[in-house]
Amino acid sequence: MGSGPFRNSAHPVIPMDSQTRREAYEQRQRRRSIVIASASTAVVIATIVVLVPRAPRWDRVKKSFFDGDIFTDSFPRLLEAFWLDIKIFAWSVPLIFALSLAIAVSRNTRSPALFPLRAAAVIYTDVFRGIPVILTIFLVGFGVPGLFESRAWSNPLIWGSAALILSYSAYVSEEIRAGIEGVHESQRAAARSLGMSSTQTMASVILPQALRRIVPPMMNSLVSLQKDVALVSLIGPVEILRQAGLDKSKFANFTPYVAAAVIFLMVTIPCTRLADYLLNRERRRTGATTVS
Amino acid sequence: MTTPKLSMRGVRKSFGTNTVLDGIDLDVAPGEVITLIGASGSGKSTLLRCCNLLEPIDDGAILLDDDDIAEPGLDADPIRRRIGMVFQSFNLFPHMSVTKNVAIGPRKVLGVDKATANATAIELLARLGLTDRSDAYPDQLSGGQQQRVAIARSLAMGPEVMLLDEITSALDPELVGEVLDVVRGLKTDGMTMLFATHEMAFAREISDRVCFLHKGRILEQGPPDQIFGEPQEPRTREFLQRVIDSGRL
Amino acid sequence: MRSTKLIAVAAAATLVLAACGSDDATTDAPEAAGNACSNTIEDGVLTIATGNPAFFPWVIDDAPESGQGFEAAAALAVGEQMGYSGDAVTWVRTDFDAAIQPGAKDFDFNLQQFSITDERKETVDFSAPYYTANQAIVALNGSSAEGATSIADLKDVKFGAQAGTTSFAFITDVIQPTQDVFAYDDNVGAKAALEANQIDAAVFDLPTALYVSGVEIDGSSVVGQFPAAAGGTTDEFGLLLEKDSPLTPCVDAALQALTDSGELAAITNEWLSEFTGAPVISE
Repeated sequence: MGSGPFRNSAHPVIPMDSQTRREAYEQRQRRRSIVIASASTAVVIATIVVLVPRAPRWDRVKKSFFDGDIFTDSFPRLLEAFWLDIKIFAWSVPLIFALSLAIAVSRNTRSPALFPLRAAAVIYTDVFRGIPVILTIFLVGFGVPGLFESRAWSNPLIWGSAALILSYSAYVSEEIRAGIEGVHESQRAAARSLGMSSTQTMASVILPQALRRIVPPMMNSLVSLQKDVALVSLIGPVEILRQAGLDKSKFANFTPYVAAAVIFLMVTIPCTRLADYLLNRERRRTGATTVS
Repeated sequence: MTTPKLSMRGVRKSFGTNTVLDGIDLDVAPGEVITLIGASGSGKSTLLRCCNLLEPIDDGAILLDDDDIAEPGLDADPIRRRIGMVFQSFNLFPHMSVTKNVAIGPRKVLGVDKATANATAIELLARLGLTDRSDAYPDQLSGGQQQRVAIARSLAMGPEVMLLDEITSALDPELVGEVLDVVRGLKTDGMTMLFATHEMAFAREISDRVCFLHKGRILEQGPPDQIFGEPQEPRTREFLQRVIDSGRL
Repeated sequence: MRSTKLIAVAAAATLVLAACGSDDATTDAPEAAGNACSNTIEDGVLTIATGNPAFFPWVIDDAPESGQGFEAAAALAVGEQMGYSGDAVTWVRTDFDAAIQPGAKDFDFNLQQFSITDERKETVDFSAPYYTANQAIVALNGSSAEGATSIADLKDVKFGAQAGTTSFAFITDVIQPTQDVFAYDDNVGAKAALEANQIDAAVFDLPTALYVSGVEIDGSSVVGQFPAAAGGTTDEFGLLLEKDSPLTPCVDAALQALTDSGELAAITNEWLSEFTGAPVISE
């Protein structure tokens, strides 16, 4: 026919009336992508479904990890134990947030008079990010209660949660600090120019912007916390992971762990989806344009 | 002779080894509009930022109605309420609506209740022709609209002096006009203004006095006709020639 | 474009080949009955496992090779009966929990106060019992568990024990206290909780309980022990072996020989005789 990009095309070089050239191209690309995606997904699924059961010890693995009867037997017990995890999470998160905010803001002060506060915040962050959470749980969970006489104050739920709060605040405060430092200095200049005090500037202008930015890393930390809550079991309370372990010993079977995993996913997946939704809604509301 | 509204005596400011302000003496009378012109780096922005205490000065005094506001250790917040500043890059608060941007200062700093602050804000925005944008967010506005909101935000605090730091430099040419209209309005209302700009025609139009800054000193100052028409100093002439050559005068 | 599909096909093909590849047939055929004791995992060597660390009075100073401690001595005696002694015996350490799981083991037999239970027998082999232990309660002086003479007296006590043990099951199934029971990875946790005043009482086997209260925790005592028949379970300790291990009959024979000759009783007396006195709690 002649030279040009459409030499080998089956279509004539006349753009359709109802579709721009780009729309037509993108439609073709989309169709092709769907075909390739479906084909490769089908191949992968077929491979797993056909080949995995053919592995020599699949029957034993299935019996050890995916036993239906044990699953049904364990599930209600695990759900009940999970309630403890939820409670620990629920009261820890606000305290982590409050402590992290305090530490982040402390680190961000500029006045020389507040140097001890800044130094304390740095030391705190270094120490509690450096020590593994498990160690903190043992040290605080067993060590501190020994100082008290009354049973109410020695409760491992208090000190286990305290350990989690201390550890996680060290991380989350850094995330908040990163968010604060990500807010341009000109915002502070504008707020101070209006006569707003340092505190008012931080509260009304800097923090709202900082916190919106750091929702993804914060969600990360929260999801991580949802799992680390199980570490409180090390100092006594029977939450879901310990209960799964007790069932595992009782049945000599790992299915209870699979059941526990299912329960965890039932909670963590909706949480992350919700966070994504909130993030997107915020982005749409403030009207920032996106580059494709 | 009336007390100057704003007065600078021997103001010096350095950033490290770089001397940016090298002994500035300037009196601004109440209701006077003074324009600062000069090359980039001549100290215009720094001078304005020192006036509202965003930068501490190294030496000298700044007087607001005869009170030395640059005294080290003085609480800057009450002073900044009396001085309004508008920035080149608008610096609106992106997480607040336009109305809230304007109302937040009175609410937080002056203790005005929310309803009254909002009403005043809407009134101000109406005067600046922004009624239909009052619920929008800064990211949704054009540059000219954002700058007008920034001016409204500053005005909402009822300042005695306004500092305008190259407020049209970041705007597309066709949007500059709407902002300059607002400044004309402010002059008519008798606002004392200190105005750093590259808009020479406008400066010539509304200034009572023009100061040419060069290397941290006011090299020449006088009525606009004198500075733009018959500049005395060779450097002033050089600068204006460059401006004319670039087609901005 | 086409290469994407090619890659997908190639990947699938590789998986198929890999799966059809090496497929070791496991040989589980038992040895001829005559030489059962030689069927150890390492030729000519008997591999015995115990806990990490191994506690008093079962092993002294965490050094089972010395033969000091009830379980260390008993294990070496069994080994000698089987024909292994001196350098022909090696010791390894395992987790309590890990040993009970189904699967191949890296030891010939394991002893760390494993109670013989029906559930565990489904996944591992046990020898005949080498010791019968009662459950016993350790509490700090002045706790609410003190002075209990029956299970009813213990209902409102806050208990803790090592997870997955018969001690733990004893609390949940027999005592059935009103407060939630706390579970720990090991006895160390239960002891720490006692000292931190987070539990009123912990349950251990009797010898461990006597050692904990007598030596490890000041101001504590064995509040009582439960008779063997309480709760329907007699806590008998057995040597733990891999399921269907060919060594099991051999080990049983060795234990029988030691019992008949009185050597087992002598070992028990030597290492555990001090550890038998504590008030008995009835049902």
